[in-house]
Amino acid sequence: MSPATVTTARTGNGISPQLQFGETVTHIKRGQQGIVLDIKNLNLWYGAAQALHDVSLSVEQGMVTSLIGPSGCGKSTLLRCINRMNDLVDNLKITGAISLHGEDIYAKAADVIALRKRMGMVFQKPNPFPMSIFENVVYPLRIDGVRDKTVLQETCERALQGAALWNEVKDRLDQNALGMSGGQQQRLCIARAIAADPEVLLMDEPCSALDPIATAKVEELIHQLSGTYTIVIVTHNMQQAARVSDNTAFMYLGRLIEYGDTEVMFQSPLAERTQDYITGRFG
Amino acid sequence: MEMAATAPDSPLERAAARASNHRVTDLRARGEPFTWLLGGCLSLGVVMIIGFLLLVLWNGFLTFVPQKIAVVTSKDGKVIAGEAFRAERFRPAPDVLAALTPDERSAVAKGDGMIGRTLYRVANFDLYGEDFKWVIDPDVKSVEYPADMVIVERLEWGPFIGRVEAITLDGKAVEGNDLKAPAVVKAHEEARERWARMREIERDEIGALNHDLEVARLDVRRAELKYGADSPQQRAALTELDRVTKDMQSQFARLTAEVQALRSTSDKYSVTFADIGDREKVVPLANIVRAYRPNALTFGEQVGVYFSRWGEFLTAEPREANTEGGVMPAIFGTLAMTLLMVIVVAPFGVITALYLREYAKQGRLVSFVRISVNNLAGVPSIVYGVFGLGFFAYVVGGTIDSLFFPERLPNPTFGTGGLMWAAFTLALLTVPVVIVATEEALAAVPRSMREGSLACGASKWQTIRNIVLPRAMPGVMTGIILAMARGAGEVAPLMLVGVVKLAPGLPIDGIFPYVHLERSFMHLGFHIFDVGFQSRNSEAGKPMVFVTTVLLITLVAVMNAAAIVIRSRLKRRFAGSQF
Ligand SMILES: Nc1ncnc2c1ncn2[C@@H]1O[C@H](COP(=O)(O)OP(=O)(O)O)[C@@H](O)[C@H]1O
Ligand SMILES: [Mg+2]
Repeated sequence: MSPATVTTARTGNGISPQLQFGETVTHIKRGQQGIVLDIKNLNLWYGAAQALHDVSLSVEQGMVTSLIGPSGCGKSTLLRCINRMNDLVDNLKITGAISLHGEDIYAKAADVIALRKRMGMVFQKPNPFPMSIFENVVYPLRIDGVRDKTVLQETCERALQGAALWNEVKDRLDQNALGMSGGQQQRLCIARAIAADPEVLLMDEPCSALDPIATAKVEELIHQLSGTYTIVIVTHNMQQAARVSDNTAFMYLGRLIEYGDTEVMFQSPLAERTQDYITGRFG
Repeated sequence: MEMAATAPDSPLERAAARASNHRVTDLRARGEPFTWLLGGCLSLGVVMIIGFLLLVLWNGFLTFVPQKIAVVTSKDGKVIAGEAFRAERFRPAPDVLAALTPDERSAVAKGDGMIGRTLYRVANFDLYGEDFKWVIDPDVKSVEYPADMVIVERLEWGPFIGRVEAITLDGKAVEGNDLKAPAVVKAHEEARERWARMREIERDEIGALNHDLEVARLDVRRAELKYGADSPQQRAALTELDRVTKDMQSQFARLTAEVQALRSTSDKYSVTFADIGDREKVVPLANIVRAYRPNALTFGEQVGVYFSRWGEFLTAEPREANTEGGVMPAIFGTLAMTLLMVIVVAPFGVITALYLREYAKQGRLVSFVRISVNNLAGVPSIVYGVFGLGFFAYVVGGTIDSLFFPERLPNPTFGTGGLMWAAFTLALLTVPVVIVATEEALAAVPRSMREGSLACGASKWQTIRNIVLPRAMPGVMTGIILAMARGAGEVAPLMLVGVVKLAPGLPIDGIFPYVHLERSFMHLGFHIFDVGFQSRNSEAGKPMVFVTTVLLITLVAVMNAAAIVIRSRLKRRFAGSQF
């Protein structure tokens, strides 16, 4: 494991002096499989309001990376840039680059639909479709035109087992997914996200709408999935970040303040602002 | 403000002051007067709707109850027989007063100066030249209900009220003058069957022959237009026409002979009636729909007459300028037109709304289009009728005629009002409703669901087709229900684009191509207008107005109920118990 390093990423100009932002402090834990996602100098504007300021961050393959920070700091925005969900927003401007395995995902020729198939996404509120449990899970295959019954059934079982839901629902796959509990629905959404076997799993506060028991189950699931999948998870729950992630990125007002080994972040953060946030002095 | 003025200093005192301040909530703040206002408005609306429905249902359902026939003898010795139709009080003109005896005059003057009068339906239009007679109360000497009075519903001249004078079966008089005698009942059934058979021959079979002849004639004309006169094709068609004509002549002779035979048999069966003034009238048995003694009916027979009249109303064709008989063609026309309209308006409205909401760039132009669509709902419907006639019938239909049916010109095929153009016109009229409802439904699909689908790698169209549209379907159904209700009740534009008083045939029949979208048709709404306000005798048609209204309301309600059932089926899929 490499020692803590300080990158040379520069912050943008026009910072108000009293905020005194420094450069991003980086001390990440490196995996064996290299980098999956590389975000470079990302700036993003919603109309005239800048939501991301010069964010640079690389995600290690097979590891769990969590994004923390006070609400409104741009965590979701950053996550949604990764699978280009922000394309739906009007008046959006983005500069900088994001590459997946070295491929620029914002290149003119990039195929957004193919890209999204390589990245599963789980949202804050469970959003199962109003269909049967089975159809929910195999939805990504259906839109690819897969008709083969056995393929669909195998995928469904694998994904539901991957999402630790198989035993609970295997007898009622044909029932409406909206009849499940919130925790089950969220795990169903995770099953749906991994059904197409993506490279990266993006999770935006997946537990914020769940009760503690359901939360524990999802966290357990994240543990099991790490290694198989690269996971980027947004959370406002610091204990959760500490429990599930290998690396943690701390964002504040659209800037990446510190990005590094979770243990270091929560025991002896290098940036003063991280220290303040972790100890609950603000946010 | 109170608090600031007294400014209590200890926290306890301040709390007490707060408590006393909050004890009474201002009436206006509670909003109770508004609740009353809203409740009042609602109940007023409900009362009006219920009142309207009760009026229509009451009149509609009582119309077919057999009425007693009163024989009214006046003081001057005149006698009339009829059903009491309506009674009212009126302020008499001086000459009416002058005709009264002094006693009666003073009785009227002592009262409020009004006299009662009753309208009797005396029927026998062929004898009297009118259907109704007023009788003022002071003129009445006696009112009796003799058991042997008969009311006859016949095919011509409206009902007849009188007594049975003689019954002739197979040329021989029968004893007893009893219409309920088994021999008479059986003869009546047979006579009605003969009549139905004659009608079938005259309308359907001869109609089919004429159709074949017309087809052959049109073939000749088409060959002439296409290959020129005297071309081999035209000569072949002419030979064919000759063959068809000969064939038709022999068949026509056969059918005419059959009709002749039936008619001469029918002529031997008749009933002679006499009105209250002993004027005789011979009615062929075949022309009698129903004859009974209303004053001597048992309860069971009354029920029988009631339902047999309803049955006739629902299944038979109209007669007597629509004031009698049934409305089956109108029911059929209304249903066919409304369903056709839904088939046209649903995809058209949904596609438009999809484009407006999902694909068009939301900007000033789209807002303008949306406002225009909403305002279309306010255009008077007759304007749509004019547009439908001018654009659909004359422009589109005229073009179709000149391209596909040139041999029939100058007779229009699609170039005039018809079922299809009526459905198109109403679709245009109701499309704003569908667009607005669909747009609302699309907007109400949760963003999270679309994002879920997009994040799975679905394209926009896949997301719309698999997630958004199914989810918006109940809302779309609401739009269709509203459109259907509006369309089924619309009359004005239809009068321009294909509805007629009496259609020669149904839009669906046994002649190829079986569905005739170009035909004119009958409609319950127009039927109401026609019977109530356009007929020879609108007083006689009035009861039919109510019955037809009941029927139209029922039809709309049934169609809506069907749509609502479908909608709630759809909705159930989205109503999971969350958490
Ligand atoms: N669609 C949007 N349009 C305009 N501003 C947005 C939009 N989404 C987010 N923002 C703004 O961007 C900032 C970051 O939001 P977000 O990424 O959702 O924060 P977080 O997820 O960290 O709570 C916030 O100030 C928010 O108001
Ligand atoms: Mg967020």
